[in-house]
Amino acid sequence: MQSKSLTISYLTDNSVEISLSGDWCLTCEVVTWQSFQAQFEQYPESPEKIDFVSSDLENWDSKLLLFLVKLDAYAQSRHIPVNWDGLPDGAKGLLRLATEVPERSGARRRTRTRSLVYRLGTWAMGGVEELTGLATFLGEWLLSIGRFFTGRASFRWVDFNRFLQAAGAGALPIVGVISLLVGAVLAFVGAVQLQMFGAQIYVADLVGLGVVREMGAMMTAIIMAGRTGSAYAAQLGTMQVNEEIDALRTMGISPMDFLVLPRTLALILMLPLLCLWSDALGILGGLLVGVSILDITLLEYLQQTKEAITLTDIATGLIKSLIFAVVVSLSGCLRGLQSGRNSAAVGNATTSAMVTAILLIVIWDALTTIIFNRLGI
Amino acid sequence: MADAAQVEIGNRSGLAHIEVRGMTMAYGDFLIQKDLNFTINRGDIFIIMGGSGCGKSTLLRHLVGLHPPAAGEVLYQGSSFWQLAPNERNVLMRRMGVLYQGGALWTSMTLAENIALPLEEYTSLMPTEVNELVSYKLALVGLKGFEDYYPSEISGGMQKRAALARAMALDPETLFFDEPSAGLDPVSARLLDDLIIELRDSLGATIVIVTHELASIFAVGNNSVFLDAESKTMISEGDPKRLLAESDNPIVRKFLTRGEEG
Repeated sequence: MQSKSLTISYLTDNSVEISLSGDWCLTCEVVTWQSFQAQFEQYPESPEKIDFVSSDLENWDSKLLLFLVKLDAYAQSRHIPVNWDGLPDGAKGLLRLATEVPERSGARRRTRTRSLVYRLGTWAMGGVEELTGLATFLGEWLLSIGRFFTGRASFRWVDFNRFLQAAGAGALPIVGVISLLVGAVLAFVGAVQLQMFGAQIYVADLVGLGVVREMGAMMTAIIMAGRTGSAYAAQLGTMQVNEEIDALRTMGISPMDFLVLPRTLALILMLPLLCLWSDALGILGGLLVGVSILDITLLEYLQQTKEAITLTDIATGLIKSLIFAVVVSLSGCLRGLQSGRNSAAVGNATTSAMVTAILLIVIWDALTTIIFNRLGI
Repeated sequence: MADAAQVEIGNRSGLAHIEVRGMTMAYGDFLIQKDLNFTINRGDIFIIMGGSGCGKSTLLRHLVGLHPPAAGEVLYQGSSFWQLAPNERNVLMRRMGVLYQGGALWTSMTLAENIALPLEEYTSLMPTEVNELVSYKLALVGLKGFEDYYPSEISGGMQKRAALARAMALDPETLFFDEPSAGLDPVSARLLDDLIIELRDSLGATIVIVTHELASIFAVGNNSVFLDAESKTMISEGDPKRLLAESDNPIVRKFLTRGEEG
């Protein structure tokens, strides 16, 4: 019956007196609710009221309040009136605050388990919604392009120039380094095989064609998806959080014209140029390996490359990169605009923009390779 | 000894809880305020006031230890914040609760998770106890039952109250409020003022408020400092009601009478 922190006494007038003593703080050991309840219920009859004595109570904090809130609910459920007067003023005040505002009905959430059919249906409807969103976005973007060419779309050219700078010159170093290294690696791997036949001069063909037709466009697109596409998603997502996009809409400015158009145009202009830059550096990487390791002279390598690559090959790569630019910039902007209004949603938008872009890049690359092959280009 | 906590506050009231000595605040070469000297006593509701852009919020950020002063020092119960070792500083910061201007709730977490985080980090409570505490703290600010809501799903006023519940999670000795009533309707602002007084009385906490809402200043404040943007220093201090009655500084008079005098 006795406890260091709490004593229950049954008085002759059929009331119960609870004496609190010692420290009641979050880090202290006090009587648990279960053992209090067990002690309290040892008394066979329901008491007529509960009183408090707190003269031996020392330090207290939220721990005491937790106990009092529970006791309040318990006493109410058993219809026992409680006289809180014996408590410290501060505790009485806090208890009043905590019990003053009743819980709003219907506020609390219940987790409901749904049937498999329900979940499958929700998932399918989500998929349809996603596709509709994509189609609507693409349609709106095409309309916006139309407005741009008829001079009715308005955006700030200053912004456009900034995007050009960021998606163009700003990306030269990273695209350059990666292309150079990939070109070199390609030459190295090819050389090992070709040397077995004494055909190492064909490393120039391998690297040249590989880089110009495939790798240049694809690498640039993936780098730009990580570098610029995700930046677009993060920028627009943050604007969504700050209600900046709503502010544009209410002023009658189309976010599509004002935000999406300059970003996509900048990337569409710059990605093919970056692709050419990547082609050149990829070939340079192959050349460095060829000349330094494979005993091919500089002139031989260049001559071989020149004969291997035609303008059609370069055009193939450029056409791909043009489509990649649309894919990367649109998925960045789409996910940014779809972002929710919190910091986690911006992160999700960025991730989702990257995943969408890379997936579409690879699918599109496979498709075009097959198409070009069929057409004999 | 009917009331241990209250008596303790009573004994200590009048003691300097926070003391600012010769503090200068600056961002790089850009001076914000200089020569700040004032004392916040235990149990005070201390108002930092002044016109827009005078450095009120910056002063608050200096008081909670987010920025080191460019010169001078801030003393907590006699020890200088920036001369303490980093881990001692952390312990000190844990005894403060801050309500930021926009609430600054972590948006990817529910209200319950927001409040539970400091409890899980700094106490060894059992999960059930943490949940009970979270419900109690939310009940204190009138948000019982909203545990599983995300900040974006509730109104601005509710976000502020939830942020207050988070600030109180660790039963802090000092609560800092940055513009608590900004963006609230008059009734909610009034309720928040009442809550602040109630919390000071019940928790025995010291409360520091940055605000320029005159109604709040007179309703809750019992001590204050007035920062001036022109001279870049404090030009007045003391009970705001006394300042209104007695101050002969034209800038202070103009501020406290909404431009009607001074």
